[in-house]
Amino acid sequence: MTAPTAADRFPRGKTAIVGAATFGMGESPGLSSMDLAVSASLAALRDVGLTPGEVDGLFIGLPDDFLSGLTFAEYLGIQPRVTDNNRTGGSAFLTHAMWAALAIDAGQCEVALIAYGSNQRSAAGKLVSSMRPTAYEAPYKLGRPVGAYALALSRYMHEYGLKREQLGEVALAARRWAQLNPDAYMREPLTMDDYLRSRMVCDPVSVRDCCLVTDGAAAVVMVSAERARRIAQERGVRPAFLLGAGTSTDHRDITSMPDLTTTAAVHSGRRAFAQAGVKPSEVDAVELYDAFTINTILFLEDLGFCKKGEGGSFVQGGRIAPGGELPVNTNGGGLSCVHPGMYGLFTMVEASQQLMGMAGARQVPGAELVVAHGNGGELSSQATLILGSESTL
Amino acid sequence: MTTSPSTIHPEQEYFEHLASGRFMLQRSRSSGKFFFYPRVAEPVTGAQDLEWVEASGDGVVHATTVVRAKPPQVSFNVVLVDLAEGPRVMSRIEGLPPDAVRIGMHVTARIGVQDEAPILLFELASRGGAA
Repeated sequence: MTAPTAADRFPRGKTAIVGAATFGMGESPGLSSMDLAVSASLAALRDVGLTPGEVDGLFIGLPDDFLSGLTFAEYLGIQPRVTDNNRTGGSAFLTHAMWAALAIDAGQCEVALIAYGSNQRSAAGKLVSSMRPTAYEAPYKLGRPVGAYALALSRYMHEYGLKREQLGEVALAARRWAQLNPDAYMREPLTMDDYLRSRMVCDPVSVRDCCLVTDGAAAVVMVSAERARRIAQERGVRPAFLLGAGTSTDHRDITSMPDLTTTAAVHSGRRAFAQAGVKPSEVDAVELYDAFTINTILFLEDLGFCKKGEGGSFVQGGRIAPGGELPVNTNGGGLSCVHPGMYGLFTMVEASQQLMGMAGARQVPGAELVVAHGNGGELSSQATLILGSESTL
Repeated sequence: MTTSPSTIHPEQEYFEHLASGRFMLQRSRSSGKFFFYPRVAEPVTGAQDLEWVEASGDGVVHATTVVRAKPPQVSFNVVLVDLAEGPRVMSRIEGLPPDAVRIGMHVTARIGVQDEAPILLFELASRGGAA
């Protein structure tokens, strides 16, 4: 694990997301994962008047295609100067944004497209993952990833006395946000009683602690700040400037996680906030990868919104729900909106749409500074982006 | 037993030891530290002066879950155990209902057989109880 250093010279505010779109959220039978990723990409490009042929930086990672960067380029007949197919699990797309910013700032590409799509619900009916257990762990038949998060949650409850009602607050807040989002998959009311009576999957994780299994795709378009301002003038959109990006990885399998109650988001978050020159108390909304309810609590703590062990009380009283002090997962999150496997890119789309003022009934009034945070593997790979409006530059 | 870097085959040797009734851990002779799972080098330092040492078998449950199965299949536990030597391993506690396993329980390793292969399991230590 690397401590933040003075040498961390991120090009703060030099790049921006100008297009952010989703496609086929929920169920999209008859379309491949690549069909979905391409459809979301076309929507994001169309928003800013660009065509696929203008994309010269391609960042992608599909669950069922190890060489999806090549497949995507072939599908649309493009020849990117930069093709990045990095896979850190669900955090991959936030790491893509970091590399895209560095590449654009260095002149290696001008129009970066970050894309994802999965048809896992229609094609497989369950999470599609390329993770395989090792010979040392396969015999114990742990359902993964849910069982890995259950082990972490068991330890967190043991150390900090977290109550199921506090986890339930996370699930209820996500559902209330989803009810404001017409694209969200699960919008029927969820009560605390429903939550507490929900079936256990891997104790202490119940089905209402788990993210959805859906289809869906997302894409964002990133360009230099200068080009973003030109696009903003021409098309009347508000760019989401990238102010900071930090990543950190400390294990793959839950058994090797250094501390089951503290994630590497401590490091990714600290560095991203330092680059951006802002504090958690200044943030208007947080979009984080809620694969399970405990994730929301861990990441709010590890990113510095509250102290370790206090996440359970922090989320109580509707603090992260609509109308609360800190809006969290304003699209409904992986818990209630969409979860097509590697959800990370959806945190970036929602953060961008909030800053662009495009979030409709769920719009956070006056959103100027938004955090997007991705998680990969079994709390393994963390990536934090700080995005801001023009006023934060 | 000491093995030179050129001859070590981590996974193969671990399971050969397990099949012969011994739960073995790797240790770096220079640092004296144990690690798991078996590797060709010690994490962080990269030291390759590795030796296999028989584990004491003593451990404490660090985390636990019950994998709920639909009847007629039977629910079972999966745990992370902190070994007395330091490393953490994934395993299963035998001899207790799956939801009776508690964090802090002292447990002892034993080698069982599952699907015709040796498997590392744990049971409540004779002194039992919580840490």
